[in-house]
Amino acid sequence: MGTLARLRVNARSLRKRYRWDEVLSAYLFLSPSIALFFLFKHFPIFYTLYLSLHRWRLGIVDRTFVGLHNYRLLITSDEFWQAVRNSLYYALGSIPLNMAISLTIALLLNRQIRGRAVFRTAYFLPTITSTAAMAVVWMWIYHPDFGLGNWILSTLGLPRIRWLYDPQWAMPALIIMGIWKGMGYNIIMYLAGLQNIPQHLYDAARIDGAASRACLRHITWPLLTPTSFLILIIAVINSLKAFAQMHVMTDGGPLGSTTVIAYYLYQHGFEFFNLGYASAVACVLFVVLLGLTLIQFKFLGPRVHYQ
Amino acid sequence: MMSTKVLTRSRERSSVYYLGRTIGNMVVYAVLIIGAIAMIMPFAWMVSTSFKEAGGIFTYPPRWIPSRFVLDNYLDAWRAAPFGRYFLNSIFVASAVTLGQLITCSLAAYAFARLDFPGKSLLFLLVLSTIMIPLQLTIIPSFLVLRELKWLDTYYALIVPFTVSAFGTFLLRQTFMTIPQELEDAAKLDGCSRLGFLWRIVLPLSKPPLASLALFTFMGTWNDYLWPLIMTNSREMRTLQIGLRFLVSQEGGSRWGIFMAATVMVSLPIIIFYLLVQKQFVKGIALTGLRG
Repeated sequence: MGTLARLRVNARSLRKRYRWDEVLSAYLFLSPSIALFFLFKHFPIFYTLYLSLHRWRLGIVDRTFVGLHNYRLLITSDEFWQAVRNSLYYALGSIPLNMAISLTIALLLNRQIRGRAVFRTAYFLPTITSTAAMAVVWMWIYHPDFGLGNWILSTLGLPRIRWLYDPQWAMPALIIMGIWKGMGYNIIMYLAGLQNIPQHLYDAARIDGAASRACLRHITWPLLTPTSFLILIIAVINSLKAFAQMHVMTDGGPLGSTTVIAYYLYQHGFEFFNLGYASAVACVLFVVLLGLTLIQFKFLGPRVHYQ
Repeated sequence: MMSTKVLTRSRERSSVYYLGRTIGNMVVYAVLIIGAIAMIMPFAWMVSTSFKEAGGIFTYPPRWIPSRFVLDNYLDAWRAAPFGRYFLNSIFVASAVTLGQLITCSLAAYAFARLDFPGKSLLFLLVLSTIMIPLQLTIIPSFLVLRELKWLDTYYALIVPFTVSAFGTFLLRQTFMTIPQELEDAAKLDGCSRLGFLWRIVLPLSKPPLASLALFTFMGTWNDYLWPLIMTNSREMRTLQIGLRFLVSQEGGSRWGIFMAATVMVSLPIIIFYLLVQKQFVKGIALTGLRG
């Protein structure tokens, strides 16, 4: 929050008296934004909280106040905890590997190499295309009989897998696709981080006779920590929001093995129209995401400020 | 700098060093090329399948080059679902959202950057705080609000809630603040109104952030999935992403030629768009670090 406080101290705002025409224009200019933000952002927070204390199935059961009943249901529901475990599995399976590969590629791309632009385009292409469309392509790749996935496995002499049809392999399949899809963004972020490291540090180290491996360990790695942290937080937030690929590829199955928390929320809210219960799930998810976003802001704040 | 050159030159003289560097470079290129092939492979597979005739799709081992190039899949996909309508919907919604954001963000950013009024810091905080409110939290109340307004399954539901952006407001405010006050005073002397100053001077001076904002907003809206899935109901209102999903789920899991042709149609415009504005895009991400 330090940044916000600093932003508030705006030299021009020290003036005490306001001019009425300036105030009027300001409010006029702000009114569309404020109105829409209020209607679709601020008001919904309180309304979700309010709804989470009610039992309400749209068009079936009328709204009645039930106190914390929904939260009690939630904590004791095996399905909810399975969704939490699935989300954790997805996050832990994709994020560390994704970051390690992205950092490696970024370090290689940061050298003086030919065709850098071509490589960058190739690595970034999956990121800009839509998750839904790429999910359809990966369904075909994961086809048990004619898909590329099993062809690669058998070329390597490994046994074939039923991928999305196997409760044990459906989540790893989504993780592989997630890494492929998300790498481009992380690579760009790492490249930006690498270019922010001042060249004179490397020059100085070289004069002192440092080998390139030592430079990597004592200059690049420590100075990249803020970038890595930023990427980590964004990745965790995104993985908790992951939805489209599950909805297109698996419908949360087989046997609920890919029902992540965002999918669980969708199911209860918009398939069963169990709005009270779904609101309780949303509130729990919000608390987790808010915590992560606040951490991200603490690190992102200064970055934005220096521009 | 001098000493660095001398030092490296003395090291470069040894042939062992040369050999090591060449092998090192080869490893770098090998890793990058293998990685790039892995990234491109799904796209190649998609395109290759989309041109195969029905009999050529289910072959093992897979064939990369179709034995006969046919366009049937594209025609069949176009016939199987109203893709023309989906295209129009996606283009219209993404353009309207982008235009709306450019307008509301410019106005709000101008007020926050260059005007004084009571409650300024509180309102700015209120706007910024919305970055921290995830869609998942607001989607049920939004659904109910849109239902009350009788906007469900209309363009309003897909456009209006997204015509504001805290991120865009913040980005533009940072730029607007750098425009010197003397410029505004001079414009005022010449009888230029606030809106006139914003339109004729501030916006033309802020092209890069405006372009970044437009780019991210357009692509984000084009690729969006959860919102149009929930807020639309009829076939006529679906965007490309939702239309594609329903094509796949309704046709059953066997018509891969058609599915891949449809996927090419859905993703090709955004790929071409990206190739055209690539530099701007990469710069935008590095600049803002916020959207992905």
